[in-house]
Amino acid sequence: MVKVIIYPTNSLILSDLVERFGHKPLAMMEKIKEKISTVGVDSPPLNITPEEPKMGLKYAAVEVPAGVRGRMAIIGPMIDEAQAGIIVNDSPMAFGCMGCARTNELTKYLIRQREIPVLEVDYPHGDNEEEAKEFVYKIAEFLKSLPKNEGEDEV
Amino acid sequence: MSDGENDTLTKIVVISSDSVLPVDAAMKIYQSNTDIIIKETCFGTMITGPRDAVNRVVKEVVDLDRNHIFVKERGFLPGDERRCRSSRGGGPRPGFHYLRHEVQMLPTIGKALDAYDRKVPLKEIKQKKKLDVDKLIELIGSEL
Repeated sequence: MVKVIIYPTNSLILSDLVERFGHKPLAMMEKIKEKISTVGVDSPPLNITPEEPKMGLKYAAVEVPAGVRGRMAIIGPMIDEAQAGIIVNDSPMAFGCMGCARTNELTKYLIRQREIPVLEVDYPHGDNEEEAKEFVYKIAEFLKSLPKNEGEDEV
Repeated sequence: MSDGENDTLTKIVVISSDSVLPVDAAMKIYQSNTDIIIKETCFGTMITGPRDAVNRVVKEVVDLDRNHIFVKERGFLPGDERRCRSSRGGGPRPGFHYLRHEVQMLPTIGKALDAYDRKVPLKEIKQKKKLDVDKLIELIGSEL
């Protein structure tokens, strides 16, 4: 079983496919759960404390907006922990009122910089079944090519 | 917070099946007789409880229609004040738009998983290509 970082980090489809093919998805939801269930976190509605932008300095320079550094405090350790990665490039929904385009770019860049197996695909458009098949087949083959055994993890 | 609470897990089960309705999945969960909380939603259910119990129940539900029921973990508990619409004055909860975007793709993803299981070969997709420069020069130079 390999720890696979997924981008978009909160994707239902990617998280499900990684688990379906026998690996562990590194997804935002799990990290958020850890964060909000740890003692000492600010009361609602905040779940990012002033400490996060400081922790994010490991991944982004001090001039970078605090929002990016705060997000990287959560995503950065996931990238460090990852043993493989799946990036879906064509994912406009990852940017919006809750997302951050610069964090997304930095996340993809840092995943590519790691010397780990990375698969890059596009989301299928609309009801195009052939594109969906290609999307699923590529991800399935990639996940099957990863080692199942902990001892083989160093790829 | 106690260790027991730390081991609490919440999973979102999204149902995109022609044969299993969200109510069927909910009934399956109610029958499981385990110490879990479920919330029925428009796209499926959310299940909260001890990790082992949730994983067992989720597996039972997914087995109803394996390729058309999708699961992901959720950070917040159902009804958490930081996310629940009831305490935020209505409107979609944060993260709902992305989930809805992906839910619209699930029927084709499910069919693709069926095809993958049946080992249906992949057809070559014709990608839209940019016009070749030589072809363009030829077109410009051609006489009408």
